[in-house]
Amino acid sequence: MPTAIEIFKHLPKTNCGECGFPTCLAFAMQLANQKVSLDDCPYVSDDAKEALEASSAPPIRLIKIGTGENQVEVGEETELYRHEKKFFHQTAYSIIVSDSASEEERKEKVEKVKDLEFERVGQMLTVDMIGVRNDSGDAGTFASVVEEVAGATDLPLVLFSEDPGAMGTAVEKVKERKPLLHAATADNAEEMAKVAKDAGCPLVVFEDSGLDALADLVEKVKSQGAEDLVLDFGASSLKETLEKNHIIRKHSVKKTFRGLGYPTFIDTAGKDKPVMMAMIATMKYGAVVAMDDIDPAHALPLFVLRQNIYTDPQVPIQVKPELYPVNNPDENAPLMFTTNFSLTYFTVVGDVEKSKQPVWLQVVDTEGLSVLTAFAAGKLTPEMVNDALEENGTKEKSTRGEIIIPGMVARMSGKLEEVSGLKVRVGPSESSGLGKYLKNLKSA
Amino acid sequence: MAEVPIPKEKWSGKIGEVTLGATEEDGGPLERKVTVGGQTGMPFLSFENEYPNRPTIAGEVMDTLREFPELAKEPFGDALQDPVEWARKWIEEYDADLICLRLLSTNPEEEDTSSKEAAELVKRMIEEVKVPLIVYGCEHEEKDAKTMEEVSNIAPDARMLMAQAEEESYKSVSAAAMANRHAVVGFSNLDINLAKQISILLTDFGVQLEDIVADPLMAALGMGLEYSYSVNERIRLAALMGDKMLQTPMVCDASTGWDAREATDEETPGYGDVHERVVWWEFTTALAALLSGADMLIMRSPYAVKMVNEAVDDLLGGD
Repeated sequence: MPTAIEIFKHLPKTNCGECGFPTCLAFAMQLANQKVSLDDCPYVSDDAKEALEASSAPPIRLIKIGTGENQVEVGEETELYRHEKKFFHQTAYSIIVSDSASEEERKEKVEKVKDLEFERVGQMLTVDMIGVRNDSGDAGTFASVVEEVAGATDLPLVLFSEDPGAMGTAVEKVKERKPLLHAATADNAEEMAKVAKDAGCPLVVFEDSGLDALADLVEKVKSQGAEDLVLDFGASSLKETLEKNHIIRKHSVKKTFRGLGYPTFIDTAGKDKPVMMAMIATMKYGAVVAMDDIDPAHALPLFVLRQNIYTDPQVPIQVKPELYPVNNPDENAPLMFTTNFSLTYFTVVGDVEKSKQPVWLQVVDTEGLSVLTAFAAGKLTPEMVNDALEENGTKEKSTRGEIIIPGMVARMSGKLEEVSGLKVRVGPSESSGLGKYLKNLKSA
Repeated sequence: MAEVPIPKEKWSGKIGEVTLGATEEDGGPLERKVTVGGQTGMPFLSFENEYPNRPTIAGEVMDTLREFPELAKEPFGDALQDPVEWARKWIEEYDADLICLRLLSTNPEEEDTSSKEAAELVKRMIEEVKVPLIVYGCEHEEKDAKTMEEVSNIAPDARMLMAQAEEESYKSVSAAAMANRHAVVGFSNLDINLAKQISILLTDFGVQLEDIVADPLMAALGMGLEYSYSVNERIRLAALMGDKMLQTPMVCDASTGWDAREATDEETPGYGDVHERVVWWEFTTALAALLSGADMLIMRSPYAVKMVNEAVDDLLGGD
């Protein structure tokens, strides 16, 4: 977004007040904060409108792949570091099916993608797209495999072929699914751009001889009328993945070079270290990562990494406010509670697990705040703790008639005893003290 | 022809260098030393970061197997029975640059090994393995104070890295380190301001900035990694912009990856092979640490170390 002063220069400066603000400058300030629309000014000229729209266009174009509820959005990022605001659209993962694989292998792969699904802190972690690659070199085979895979999955598709003829035939079968087409190259740019434009599909521009040549090719493809582009610079190493993604992202968000303002595509297929490359791309600005295959033991850490990195730094991850049995507790195990802020929860569970002492752990909904913050903000009161215990039938789980509370909220002891009818034991202030505390409790 | 310029950042600051270990030329007892830090830009950007020192890897060794996971034992076999053999295996077979020794058995609530005995182990480690050491106590404040004093004095010329100084208890370990010019780990709890605070406390107390390695707490993958990733990045950016108190090299403990429930879960179907998964969990934690600014890693699995080395070779390699 341009600054208020930049906007002000384009306004009529008549202070007519018809926009609802006393002066043009006041209006410009509201506009810079995206609180109002430029349309509220009845007198702004078309030239000024155009200039302002161009300068407020997102530095990285938003690209939509697929349709419906599985549609993938990438791009429209504004930051180099996630703490500056957040990363908006998480890296999309695609598994590639080869059109020269046997029918059985193809089916197996599509099924396998469905199994690569993990539920974690309330989110589903999955593969986002399925690719079909024209390894056979045959247009007819490619088109029929694309059709077959499209029938077997609801996920958006990526079509890989450098032959505009083959691409054209295949995309005809599935164009209403808005697949991503990979790729326009120096050799086929005009024809491939036409295929993409005619089908209304996003297009990857591939150029592995350097970013200068890539920028030229982008211009060429754009001049053919294809606008929804994704860039593939042909990453061959981890270093190249990190550095070129950095250069493209930095130029785009700092507006020091405008010609590469598109999301990037990292193809790990056939590379030395595909999973590591996917991880680097996930942390450092890759928008789409294509993989030949991935083992579940690698997929889980990769997907969790993506979930972590794309978490909004201002919105903490929350775990479900439920009763969690830790270390197989029975009726002799003590009750404890903590908050639903993921970091707090993970730390407490980790320390209890390490202690090997069985515990009934009640997680209280504090809207993702940690113990002390929640207590100070009135989001963790004795009543709320008691409600959570009641709702989950927690008090009946243990015959001890007592509950261990975080040392940080020792002050709620009396009131909590009153509302819950349980005896309160004040636990350690730091989670790291739990192991020792629980062991002492057991031997006491 | 378009020309895409290299967006090299001109940083005014750089990360300091801390050398650990002392060899014959410094009048020390070891056969190797390592220098940590010295980065001049954001991680792995060859056009702005000179990387005078490759990221360093410390192999983890404990003086008791009480808390050491079953799944981690295979690569070390019988060597686990003697911390010195365990360390030797790290150095001779698994490419660790130095050793991180955790004196967990000194815990008065557990084995309660005496501080003197613990220091004897440190001495034996130095005499027999001859590589730089990071030494941790057992997180029992009074006992650690005693142990660190013994450890510092038993190998006064070994230039160890003593861990760890925290805001609430930094004086005893720093004093023990300063007595023989060992280096000290300045620990802070996931917060850039606290990271700066511990450097200030230590330097006010008399520790040289050149003797501090910062540990901003590396939360493992799935256990708050995103907080560490961003705190590390903010620390590194502030350091490069000239904040001296944050220009200390950064150590990240990636062995925390083993604490994540999903890393070692052997029950949930569809999670894949647990041996493979836990190694990747540690590796991923390490990779996120390196990409956000770590200069040194503490690691548990030799397989994860091998992967880190492959990744670093590639990231620092030529085009």
